[in-house]
Amino acid sequence: MGYFSRFAVPHPSPAIYASMIAIAVTVFLIIAGITYFKKWIYLWDGWITTVDHKKIGIMYLISALLMLFRGGVDALMMRAQLAVPDNKLLDSQHYNEVFSTHGVIMVLFMAMPYIMGLMNFVVPLQIGARDVAFPRLNAVSFWLFFMGAMLFNLSFVIGGSPDAGWSSYFPLAGNEFSPHVGTNYYMISIQIAGIGTLMTGINFLTTILKMRAPGMTLMRMPMFTWASLTTCIIIIFAFPVLTIALLMGTMDRLFATKFFTITDGGMDMLWANLFWVWGHPEVYILILPAFGLFSEIIPTFSRRNIYGYTSMVASMVLISFYSFLVWTHHFFTMGQTAYVNSIFSITTMIIAIPTGIKIFNWLFTMWRGRIRFTVPMLYCLAFIPLFTIGGVTGVMLAMSAADYQYHNTMFLVAHFHNVIIPGVVFAVLGASTYYWPKMFGFVLNEKIGKLAFWFLVIGFCLAFFPMYITGLDGQARRMYTYSEDTGFGPWNMVATIGAVCMAISFVLIVYMIYYSIRNAKKEAVSDPWDARNLEWATHTPVPEYNFAIIPQVNSREAFWDAKYKGHPLFKGDYEKIHMPNNSGVPFLMSLFFFALGFGLVFSMWYLAICGLIGVFICMAHRSFEQDHGRYISVEEIKETEAKYGGTHK
Amino acid sequence: MKTKWALFVVHFLIAFVLIGCDKIAVLDPKGPQAQTQANVIWLSIGIMSVIVVVVCAILVFVLVKYRDSKLPKDYEPPYIEGNRVVETIIVIVPILIVAFFSVVTIITNNKVEATPQAYKGQDPLIVYASSSNWKWHFSYPEENIETVNYLYIPTNRPLEFKLYSFGPITSFWIPQLGGQKYAMSDMVTTLHLAADEAGEMMGRNANFSGVGFAENSFYVEAMSQDDFDDWVTEVKETAEPLTEEKFQQLLKPGHLGQLTFTGTHLPFSPAPEGEHAGHNHGKDGPKADTNGNQEHDVHEHDTSTS
Ligand code: HEM
Ligand SMILES: [Cu+2]
Repeated sequence: MGYFSRFAVPHPSPAIYASMIAIAVTVFLIIAGITYFKKWIYLWDGWITTVDHKKIGIMYLISALLMLFRGGVDALMMRAQLAVPDNKLLDSQHYNEVFSTHGVIMVLFMAMPYIMGLMNFVVPLQIGARDVAFPRLNAVSFWLFFMGAMLFNLSFVIGGSPDAGWSSYFPLAGNEFSPHVGTNYYMISIQIAGIGTLMTGINFLTTILKMRAPGMTLMRMPMFTWASLTTCIIIIFAFPVLTIALLMGTMDRLFATKFFTITDGGMDMLWANLFWVWGHPEVYILILPAFGLFSEIIPTFSRRNIYGYTSMVASMVLISFYSFLVWTHHFFTMGQTAYVNSIFSITTMIIAIPTGIKIFNWLFTMWRGRIRFTVPMLYCLAFIPLFTIGGVTGVMLAMSAADYQYHNTMFLVAHFHNVIIPGVVFAVLGASTYYWPKMFGFVLNEKIGKLAFWFLVIGFCLAFFPMYITGLDGQARRMYTYSEDTGFGPWNMVATIGAVCMAISFVLIVYMIYYSIRNAKKEAVSDPWDARNLEWATHTPVPEYNFAIIPQVNSREAFWDAKYKGHPLFKGDYEKIHMPNNSGVPFLMSLFFFALGFGLVFSMWYLAICGLIGVFICMAHRSFEQDHGRYISVEEIKETEAKYGGTHK
Repeated sequence: MKTKWALFVVHFLIAFVLIGCDKIAVLDPKGPQAQTQANVIWLSIGIMSVIVVVVCAILVFVLVKYRDSKLPKDYEPPYIEGNRVVETIIVIVPILIVAFFSVVTIITNNKVEATPQAYKGQDPLIVYASSSNWKWHFSYPEENIETVNYLYIPTNRPLEFKLYSFGPITSFWIPQLGGQKYAMSDMVTTLHLAADEAGEMMGRNANFSGVGFAENSFYVEAMSQDDFDDWVTEVKETAEPLTEEKFQQLLKPGHLGQLTFTGTHLPFSPAPEGEHAGHNHGKDGPKADTNGNQEHDVHEHDTSTS
């Protein structure tokens, strides 16, 4: 008993037992199903060992949707608990676990992979490349993210979830105040996923800089590629800070170091600083690609080129630079002087300038355009006013004297959901609808899509606008309940109704996918939206080599020019194409990482050491492996292209 | 149809907000600092609403005018690179707004970080407010009394709160008197407040600090200096002294009601300032800086939290 008792959840509830059973049943059903349908080999050859950026992208998207579901259930539980005063649905400990996992999952295991998935799928196509610079590394990135997410979710049923918030401030997150393993899970699973993200950053930076089609100069790159480039730069500078902070936190928890402790000269403020030195750039890592996606969708459905290309690029570069100069605005109230607060207050407001410029550029892109109200476009149209509200409340928070009143309240919660949901979530949902035909060969149902959209937008407004008011009225964030006489009750009820609308929207989205799979015409159109950039110049479904002939670019919208101005995109003849081989090592290596992580969480050193050795063996194997890839012959290309009806020229 | 609905919702919301406003704590200040902050909030809401309205107006205009169904069949949108004048305007206007706000933020920061203007020159009441899981201890060193979970303060006199914590980071917040500030275990932070009128208020820890966080609030009452002095005298006559042993008991995690003592915990458990600070650097701690010896940096509360 003694050995296994460490795996027990310290604060169990019926929900947790139910989940244990549900997880066991699901795992069993999945394994049985795959075996019954004899899909193991298909899974292994087609997906688990793949190094194809398109498949990796799709795996990211599927995982992100699953995590959206998990995070969404967390959100519903919180809203149910707060709906009425003095509610007893969840107790304090459970509520704390729920908001902590909600935050981590939504930011790191939903929004990040969703964006990574879209980057994976779109960027190489958009720059006319055949894959990313380091395809094998790309697979490692994905599997590390995946195992990090799995490890984190495991905490729910084995050992207990983290409960110190997604920002996990020390000393609260230290051993003294968080004795159970929840926070170990936090430190280690984010670490594992974070290593993957850092590698993605390096990979895509290299890809964008080195693998663009001939003629595509930096200032001819599509907006999403520019956004990804700036994002990668932020990732490369920000994630190492997180790595170190988590390492220090892990050492404090596992090896009794004193970086952030109350005693022996530890400094709790150091964690807050390190966390936000990563954390603020992180929010721009989320929003810049989202900006890029809006900048793809809006021109397409306005039938116009993007307005103010140069200022769009300039503002993204500025944002990526400034995002490192504002972190202190997350703790204006830590006791630094008025002088320090003034500086960070001003740098923070300065970031709003390039953001504002982008909003006006999107508006002017639609001006004199020809606007079609498709589902992806609707998300963009709702994004503009709602994100503006989120942005201006950001500027309000940036006024540090007033932030003393907003900080740690529902007002702040309203702000960041007001930028993240209309900003990031609308972007990825719009973009998934937009790129769906390129990924799967058919268009999603418009009617259900629009219904889901309206539920989401109205639900969002109902759920988050009341928080601005209760925040100003003194409702602190992260309180598991409040009393009747505070008067927060009615507002919170409205917010809960809004959350339910958003949940309905999610269900509708799932239904839309199901319905479209069954009913949509699978006509495999390669350019269903009459779009403007190179990703639409390939066939649908995209052949594994993306482009039979690498496109020639001589303007910002080469594909548009090819369609309407007679610009020849594909010149020359087929040549054999060099492609990377599949490999199971990334998956294997991530399994070792998982073992390492699990071992560390429970201080089971033998397991951790075995895992670590496994990781090193995988790396050594890669160093000595002779793998020069393979070639697709000209005959094979001709055959494939013929099936698609030839290469457009 | 849709517009009608939208209009209805907007009207409804505006009405709702206007009715609720004068009762909203932060916008119903009872002291000069909260007043300053409320002014900043109203000012920024005002200017920011203009921005939101402008953006929405342009959006609606564009959507109405350039929607596919309203345009002639043969209309083909032009290729527009950009326009110097327009782009200059959308850069300059935000810069001007931010410049204006920068001035406001500098002025107001200096206001909230100092003794309120109206009460300058007066002798401030100093209160050491320390948090432990999940309580607030208020020590009045000059009056030599201590309370738990409630705070009596005189009106029309500057208040200087010295904040620190016996555990996780907490944040001391009385919305109607002024914004919050962190209380941490290794240093003392100072919050300058004052109350203009007598009355009861809510105060709480705003920073998440574990299981008992939601109930980590305290009662605040502002009263005239005379009433305050009477209260102090009464406490001195009736309350029990705070012993070290008793204080250790109080620090144990949990919730307590409102308690009153004579004496404070400061003599036997000094606040982490000066030579007692966790990171004894700068002017106050020459010893720690010159020889790097941290040995005297003993936190008195180490013993209490373990
Ligand atoms: C338009 C410019 C923006 C400004 C001026 C701004 C300003 C701020 C400020 C001052 C805070 C700290 C408030 C406090 O803790 O008291 C904050 C918090 C936050 N912001 Fe923004 N923000 C902006 C845009 C964004 C964007 C685009 C995102 C994400 C996509 C974002 C996500 C967040 C998050 C997640 C937090 C709080 C995290 C937490 O404490 O848990 N913000 N913002
Ligand atoms: Cu920030």
